[in-house]
Parts: sequence; structure tokens; C-alpha cells
Amino acid sequence: MDWGGIADATLRAFVGREAIIYALAAIGLNMHFGYTGLLNFGQVGFMTVGAYGVAISTLQWESWTGEPLPLGVAVLVGMLAAVLLALLLGLPTLRLRADYLAIVTIAASEILRFVIAAPTWRSVTGGSDGLNGFAAGFYDLNPIPSGRYGFGPWRYGSRELWVLTAGWILVLLATLLVWLLIRSPWGRIVKAIREDEDAVRSLGKNVVSYKMQSLIVGGVIGAFGGMILVLSQNTATPGSFVTVPTFFAYAALILGGIARTWGPVVGSALLWGILAFTQTLVNELVANDYIPSSVMDSTQAGNVRFILVGALLAALVVFRPQGIFGDRREIALGDR
Amino acid sequence: MRKMVVALVAAVVVLALAPSVGADTAESTDTVGSTDQQQAQPDQQTITGTLRYERDDEQVFVEGARVTVEGEGGFSETVESDAEGRFEVAVPGPGSYTVTLDEDSLPGDVGLTNDRPSLTIQLRPGRTTAPALFPLGIGGEGTRNVASTYERAVRLTIQGLRFGLIIAMAAVGLSLVFGTTRLTNFAHGEMVTFGALMAYLFNVTLGWDMIPAALVAIGISVIAGSSFDRFFWRPLRNRGTSLVSMLVISIGASLFFRYIFNFQFGGRNRTYNQFLEQDPMEWGPIRIVPRDLTSMVLSVVVLVAVALFLERTRMGKATRAVADNRDLAESSGIDVQRVINFVWAAGGGLAALGGILQGLSEGVNWQMGWTMLLLMFAGVTLGGLGTAYGALVGSVVVGVVHELSTLWIPSEFKTVTALAILVLILLVRPQGILGQAERVG
Repeated sequence: MDWGGIADATLRAFVGREAIIYALAAIGLNMHFGYTGLLNFGQVGFMTVGAYGVAISTLQWESWTGEPLPLGVAVLVGMLAAVLLALLLGLPTLRLRADYLAIVTIAASEILRFVIAAPTWRSVTGGSDGLNGFAAGFYDLNPIPSGRYGFGPWRYGSRELWVLTAGWILVLLATLLVWLLIRSPWGRIVKAIREDEDAVRSLGKNVVSYKMQSLIVGGVIGAFGGMILVLSQNTATPGSFVTVPTFFAYAALILGGIARTWGPVVGSALLWGILAFTQTLVNELVANDYIPSSVMDSTQAGNVRFILVGALLAALVVFRPQGIFGDRREIALGDR
Repeated sequence: MRKMVVALVAAVVVLALAPSVGADTAESTDTVGSTDQQQAQPDQQTITGTLRYERDDEQVFVEGARVTVEGEGGFSETVESDAEGRFEVAVPGPGSYTVTLDEDSLPGDVGLTNDRPSLTIQLRPGRTTAPALFPLGIGGEGTRNVASTYERAVRLTIQGLRFGLIIAMAAVGLSLVFGTTRLTNFAHGEMVTFGALMAYLFNVTLGWDMIPAALVAIGISVIAGSSFDRFFWRPLRNRGTSLVSMLVISIGASLFFRYIFNFQFGGRNRTYNQFLEQDPMEWGPIRIVPRDLTSMVLSVVVLVAVALFLERTRMGKATRAVADNRDLAESSGIDVQRVINFVWAAGGGLAALGGILQGLSEGVNWQMGWTMLLLMFAGVTLGGLGTAYGALVGSVVVGVVHELSTLWIPSEFKTVTALAILVLILLVRPQGILGQAERVG
């Protein structure tokens, strides 16, 4: 058993790429679900449009003009796509009951995945092979000279360090943005909508419009998660955008604490720490035959994290809906 | 609470002890990739494929079939397949190529099963080969005479009806659970998969005959559905857990069970070992294999039985009463918990039957229920959430549209069409076809 390796993997996962991606997705969900009470089960849809917005705009611009598209413009396209998706999703559903939004958002995220995986627009979306080679603009911005940096388990090459630095800066900015928004008058209205929609409506506020704004803000933050996901690996494939990432983000959010500024960030770091620990532990146990291969082989070991997140999600909501930092009085979950 | 933990542990133990039905390459979608992906530019790019079909359960390779590859800039090359049915064409570089199979060069009774003798293939930079797939078959669906639009429409309508009836059967439970408890159960699809996998366990792994295997699987699913309610959802309801919490819990449960299925069953699509190859029966433009006909008749019989049950029996009336107004039903002496438990049990059995019938037609895999769940939602929403007949009508419509849409748009979009209906109906008539307007809001 390689205990050192397990410890290293766990410690690296706390600040790793996935922790960043899911922190951004969960910050967006916190805006939707935690503060506004919108049950968005299709956060991965926002990640998809963010990711493919950047990838497609960069590649298409290059093939039209031969010039590289500035990263800022590509990011803007991804953000606009997320705004558009929020409008499309919100218009039919924000007037309806919460579970309709849940069904429609999950359906929309699947529609998006089918569309980007379809061979029909392969020349644009890359079909099921996906797209690659669009992250040059992102890595050109890298100010870190090549070499290896860090200490202990946290040793990174220049490119990886750049992904992590840029990613965590984004996470901080998103957290700051949400914090500022929520302590503003706008935030108080949004939270009031979560508590009692009719009361807010009777005060003359346009509830649907506020919900829509919240959907847009959270969606754009989620889209940045998708951008980091594909820019860091220079590849975008439909396989990364199945329904599961949404529920990982929910698990991260609830673990950290719903409707708390740092809840989604801490939750995501912890979740990926836990997942890295169990996954490497199980892999080691299987590889060293502590778990006989009749019980579990290495392919089956790949399922462990999904089973774990499913159980964690259900158990958290049942036993500790406020997560680590949360306040039971301030969440749309719980026994009200 | 302790009961719930015990039940969960028991469920896990049972699932883990069930003989591993198979463990192939898990298609677990991994969202984690390496940071640096580098692809070497290959010297030579090729388009390849293998021409084969099945005759009496044996693979037969087609030798000497002509395949033509045409590309940009006048590139054109024709090759013949070798003794292993393989053909390979080296192409000058990345780009778009048209690959055409000369159907006259195939053996007499062999034809393309998808009527697409000409494929467009995008060869991207960085890939050495691109596959050209020509699915072949004998007679039946594989004949080479191209069906007219009318014939295809008839055939697809039948397919759609079959699929829609199965969705309807599976969705009755979803709809009734929503009606009686207001819970949108995202784990309902896993009950479909559970039934289908149990039948696979008895039929293939243990070698039973299909019919007793299916009956036992349905029986187990009824017990599973009932226990899921008794030991999991009822304690939660008694705690006063909010509906939104239960929704998220059902998502967690769905993820949990789905990947346990993947763990035990592997990622492949498998078939039961009976009723596989059947000669289609024909009446005019209608052509259907006995298996699918039986499946449709059975679905109709079961759905009529469900309707009669809801209309005529005491339990059925009690179910409708609880769905209509729970408090009123309770105060008039109906044992609401018993009704809910009954609905879960019956829903589990119906879901299992739906899963088994779908498995007979299109094979069994670990996420078949999850795939069907969104279509069930579409059907239920279209018909009207919480109404039993609404679920029926809506599901059949969704099933037919799902198949018929392939007449005009590529078949990979059929799920998209069905889901688009869901979004559309919420825009125009959110209460659904049979729903009452005041229920929504």
C-alpha cells in the first residue's frame, strides 16, 4: 500500500483543477438554489455553453480569418451563451412550480449534450470526438516561466500552476461578486423571494424578473466552471457534460453549506479531497488484492466515486442539510 | 431514522451480494482528464471499416464488396473488402470524405439495415483512422429495397406506440407517487432498470426461462418498491422533510443506485437470451415481430387493468381520493400511508414490467431507466402532472413523436424532439393536456 501516494493525491485534490471547476459551478448553484430558491438541476448546461462558447468561437474565428481570437472575446461569447440559455430556460419555467424548473433544466442540459454530440454539426461542434486546440490564447497569457514550482505534495509545472492560479482567482472573484450582490438591496429581495414569493410580489417587486437575474448571474458563474474545464485540458468533449456534474456540484454546495459565502468553495475542495482519498484508496486496495477481484476489479473501482457522491448527497440532506457552515434557518432545504 | 439506515445498509448488502452479472469496460463518464494533451501528427490517415452480418447466429464477413471513397480536390478511390470483410483506404489528409458502399456488390439477400449507402466522414487532424460503419443484415429489416415514406411512417408509428406504451406503463408509478405524495421522484428510472436487470439475472445468469424470470423479477420489484417507501420515504415524510429536500434526496438515491447497477452489471448493452430473432409478421404496410406485438398487447392489457382498478376497486378509489385531496381523504377514514405504500409497490412492479419489455426489444443496460426517465417526465408533464390518465396519453404521444420525428430529422435528435415537447408544453399549457389549470402556480 502506497500511503504516501494516497496522502499526496488527497492533498493535491483539495486545491486541484476539479475543486476549482466545481467550486465555480457550486457558487452559481448557491446563487440559484441557496439564495433564490431556484431548483436548477441543469447547471451542467451552463458549463456546456460556457465551454463550447469559448471553443467554437475560437476555432471558427481562426478558420474564417486565420487570426487568433483574443481570449477575452471568446470568454465573452461563452458568457453571452450562458445568458441566452438562462433566458431560454427561465421564460417558460420561472412562473411555474419549483419542480418544473428542475425537470426543464435537466432536460435542457441533456438537449444541449445531444446537440453537441450529434454528427449533423460535426464540422462546428466536433460531434462525439469533441473539439481541441483552442486554448492557445489562455496559455499565452501565462506569465509563469517554465519550470517546477511548489513544495511537498503541491509541485506543479508552469502550465498547471497557471491553470490553478487563474482558476482560484476566478473563484475568489466569483465569491466576492456573490457576496457583494447578496449584501446589497438586490440580494435582500432575492432572499425574500426564497422565503416567501407572494409577500415580495405584494410589495410590488417583479419576482420573475429578479429570479431571471439570479438565474443569469449563477449561470454565467457556472459557465466559467465549464471554461476552466475545457481550457485547462485544451479539449472539449460531450462526455464531460453528462448530467452527473450538476449533482457533484450540489453535493459540494450542500457539504460546504447552502446560502453561505464560502460554503460552495470549501465544499468543493472538501468533496474532491474526499473523492481523491477514497478513489486512490480503493484503487490501491484493488491493485494490492486486499479487495479480491471477484468483489471488485479496477473497472468497477471507477464507479466508487459516483456511488459515494449519491450516498453523500442523500445522507447530507437527511442528516445535516446545513452542511458544515450553513444555518438551518436560512436554507430552502430542511424541515420547514 | 435508525430504520432508514438499516434499510439502506440492507439494500447495499443485497445489491453487493447479487452475483456480479458482468463487469466489462465501465462506460463511467469521467470528467477528469489530463491537463496536457498532446497529439502526434500521424504520417498516414485512413478510412476503414468491416463489412459483416449475422446468419444463423454466426458472423459472416463480406468479401469483394466495393467501397468508394471520394474527397475534396478530386480524390477518388475504390477498393474491395478482403476475406475478413475489411476495407481500408489511405487518404491524402484531414477533411471531409464521402464513403459509398456499392450495394449491388453485396450477396443477394444481404442489405443495409439503415438505408444509408453513402456516408460523409470528417477526418480530423490528429486522427489516424476514421471508421465507416455500414450495418448489414439479411432480409427483414435489412432488405435493400428502400421503403416509401408512407411505409416508414407506418413502421415508425408502430415502433413509437410500442415505446410510448412502455413509457406510459413505467410512468404510471411516477405520476401516482407524485399525485399522492407530491414528490417528483428522480429515482423512478432506477426502478425500471432494477426490474430489467433482475430479469436478466434470472434469465441469463441463472438460465431460467424468460417468462418465470420476468414474473419473479416483477415480484421482487414490487417488494423493493414497497420497502423503498416503507423504510426510506415514510420515515422522511414522518420527520416532515420538505419536498425540495426529498427531491434532492431522490437525485442522490438515483445516482447511488445507478452506479451500483453499473458496478454490478458493467457498461455494456446486453440482451436476454430468448425471443431474440423472430420473423416479422406482415399485414399490408404493417410489419412487426411477434415479440413487439406481444409487448404492445400486454402493455394495453396492463394499462386497461390499471384504469379499471383506479375506477372500480376500493383501493383504486382511495388512491384517487388521496391524489385529489390528501387531508380530506385522511379525515374520511382512508389509511393514507397504506395507499401511498400500495402506490409505491404497484409503481415498482409496473416500472419493472416496462423495463423488461423495453429490454426485450432494445437490450438491457445500467442506465436504461435514467434515459427513459426524462421521456417519462415529458409524457407525464404533457398529460398533466399527478393525473394517471394524463401520464398515459402524454407518454404515448411522446413515444410516437420520438420515433416519427426520425422521418424528417436525423435519428440522433429523437430524444431532443421529445424533450423539446416538454419545454414547449410548459410554455403553452403548463397544466398539460388533462391537467386542471389551478393545480399549477
